[in-house]
Amino acid sequence: MELMSYLEAGKAALAAEMRADAAVWALGEDLGRGGVFGQYKGLVEEFGAARIVDTPISEATIMGAAVGAALMGTRPVVEMRFADFALCAVDELVNQAAKARYMFGGQGRVPLVVRQPIGMWRSSAAQHSQSLEGWYAHIPGLVVVCPGTPADNYGLLRSAIRCDDPVVYMEHKDMWGVTGEVELAGAPIPLGKARRVRAGADLTLVSWSGALRAVAAAVELLGERPSVEVIDLRTIYPWDEEMVLSSVRRTGRLLIVHEAVETGGFGAEIAAVAAEELFGVLKAPIRRLAAPRIPIPYAPPLEEICKISPARIVETVRAMVL
Amino acid sequence: MATRANVDVERLLAHYRTMARIRAFEEAAEAAHKAGQVTGAVHLSIGQEAVAAGVSINLARDDLITTTHRGHGHTIAKGASTAAMMAELFGRATGTCHGKGGSLHIADFTVGMLGANGVVAAGLTIAVGAAHALKLKGMQRVVACFFGDGAVNRGPFLESLNWAKVFELPVLFVCEDNGFAAMTRTRAVSAGPGPAARAESLGVAARTVDGNDVTAVDEAAAELLARVRAGGGPQFLLARTYRLKGHTASDPALYRAASEVEAKRADDPLTRCAELLRLNGVAEGRLAALREEAGREIAAAVAAALAAPWPAAELAWSDVQDAGAGRWS
Repeated sequence: MELMSYLEAGKAALAAEMRADAAVWALGEDLGRGGVFGQYKGLVEEFGAARIVDTPISEATIMGAAVGAALMGTRPVVEMRFADFALCAVDELVNQAAKARYMFGGQGRVPLVVRQPIGMWRSSAAQHSQSLEGWYAHIPGLVVVCPGTPADNYGLLRSAIRCDDPVVYMEHKDMWGVTGEVELAGAPIPLGKARRVRAGADLTLVSWSGALRAVAAAVELLGERPSVEVIDLRTIYPWDEEMVLSSVRRTGRLLIVHEAVETGGFGAEIAAVAAEELFGVLKAPIRRLAAPRIPIPYAPPLEEICKISPARIVETVRAMVL
Repeated sequence: MATRANVDVERLLAHYRTMARIRAFEEAAEAAHKAGQVTGAVHLSIGQEAVAAGVSINLARDDLITTTHRGHGHTIAKGASTAAMMAELFGRATGTCHGKGGSLHIADFTVGMLGANGVVAAGLTIAVGAAHALKLKGMQRVVACFFGDGAVNRGPFLESLNWAKVFELPVLFVCEDNGFAAMTRTRAVSAGPGPAARAESLGVAARTVDGNDVTAVDEAAAELLARVRAGGGPQFLLARTYRLKGHTASDPALYRAASEVEAKRADDPLTRCAELLRLNGVAEGRLAALREEAGREIAAAVAAALAAPWPAAELAWSDVQDAGAGRWS
C-alpha cells in the first residue's frame, strides 16, 4: 500500500497500463508539460512524445483522431482538460465513438478513454465547473466512470483503459490533492461495481465523485442514529443496480446526493428505478440533493449555493427517518 | 484531353468498368428507394464516379479510406461487395453491417473502408486518427479521406488538415467538389478562393483537377499518393465535378435550372471515358458488354437483397457495449 494523491493515482494507472501495453497512448493539449493539472507530469520523459502526444487545441480532432486510431487497434487515452471543453467534441464522442461498433455491425471496436475533469473548483465559474456525467449515461455505447478516491482512480482508470468500448472518465478537479492508500499491485477495479463505503440499517445514501466528501462529513455529524448505509456508485453507467436495490430493500429509504444539476441528473434515473422496483418496501419518499438548475456562478458565496452542504444532508436524512 | 493517344487502354477500361458498376448501383438504389424498398435516405453520386475510380485504382486493398453520406462510389471502388452493400441499403441481415447502419453507415473493414458518415466533415478526424495509428505502429499504409465541398466550412476540416500536417501523417485528402453543400450552392456560402487555397495555407500541397476526367484524377492521385507513401506528409486533391442528382434521392433539386443539368450531362464522366476509349480503338461492343456485366451484377445484388432475411431481433441488442449491454435502462 502506498499513500498517494488522487492525481498521482491517475498518473500511476496510466503509466502502468502504458508499460503493460504498447498500444496504449495519450493525446491532448499540454501533455508534454504535464497537462493542465500536472496529471501527466513525467510521462513524456518515460514514454516519449510519440505516446504522450501534444496536440493542437482542436478538441473535435483530438476526439475524432482517437476514434480513428482506436478503430485501427490502438488504445488512446484522450485528455479533454475540462469536461466543459469536451462539448467541442460531442459529435466525435456521441455520434462516432459511441456508435461505430454498433452501426458498422460489430466490424470495429473503439477502445478509447476520454478523461473529462468535472466539478466545482476555486471559482471556476460556468464554463469550467460542470458535472455532465448524466448526459453521457444517456448515450448507448458509452461507459461513464466517476472515481471518488485515489484507490478508485487507480483501479478504475486501469479498467477503463482495458475496456474495449469507449469510456467517459470523469475525475473531480477539487479532489486532485486528496490522498489515500493505493495498492499498486492490486487488480483493476471492475467497471459497473459500486462500493459500500459504510453499512447501515435505516437509510441508503447513494453518491459519487466530489459529493462523497460532504456525505462523509454528514455521516460523522449524524453519529450512530439514524444508521446510514453509504454507497459510492463509482460507475455511473452501467450502474450497480443490484447493490443499490438490495440495500434499499433492507433500509426502505433512498437518498441520492450528487454535484450535478438535479433536473435530469443521474439521480433521477436511480430514483425512478428504485420507485418502479421497490414501491412496496419504501418507508419514505425517495429524495435527491443536487445542484439547482442555474449556471455555476463565480463569486464564492454564490458558488456555495450550488453545493450540497453536510448540514443539508443531515437535515434531509433526519427528515426521512423520522 | 480526349484526343490523347498515349492512354493506357487497359487501365482506362478498368476505370470504365468501375464507373459503370457505381452508376448501375446508384441507379438501382434510386429505383429501390422510389419503390419504397430502400427505406432510409440515399445520397447518390451519379456524375461523380470518376473521382472514386481515379483515386481508388491507386490504393492497395490494405490502404484505408473514410467517406461521406455520398460514399457508395468510393466504397465500391475500394473493393467492397456490391451485393453486401445493396443488402445493407435494404436493411437485410446479409448487409455489410447486418442491416444496422444503412446507406449512411456502410463500412467494410475487410477492404480498409472505415466507414461512411452521416455527419459532414466527421470522416476527416477519423481519417487523421487512422493515419496517426499507422504512424504509431510503423505501418507502411496510407489513408485516403473523401469529403465534399460542403465539409470545408466545418471546423474539423481546418483541425484535421492542421493535425495531419503537424504530425506529417500519411493522408490523401480528396475534396470531391460537386458544387453543392446539400441544397445550397457552396460558392454562395464560402469565403475566399476555395478548398485548395485553404489547404495550401496550412502547408498541405494541393492539386486541382477536372474531376470528371478519370485519367486526370488517376494521374493526380498517383502523383500525390506517391508523395504520401514516400513520407511526404499529407497531400490534397481537389476534384471538381457535378452532382447530376439531388442532395438525396427524394430531392428534385428544383433550386437549379433543368437546362443547367442538361448541359452538364455532356460532361458525364462515363461518356467522356467512353469517348476516349473509342478514340483509342476500343469497340463500342466492348463498352456495352462492360455496362451489361455491371447491370447483371447489380440486378443480382438487388434480387439477393430482396430475398435476404431481415436481421434477427437479437441483433438490435448486440454490439452496443460489453459493460451494461442489452438493457432497457
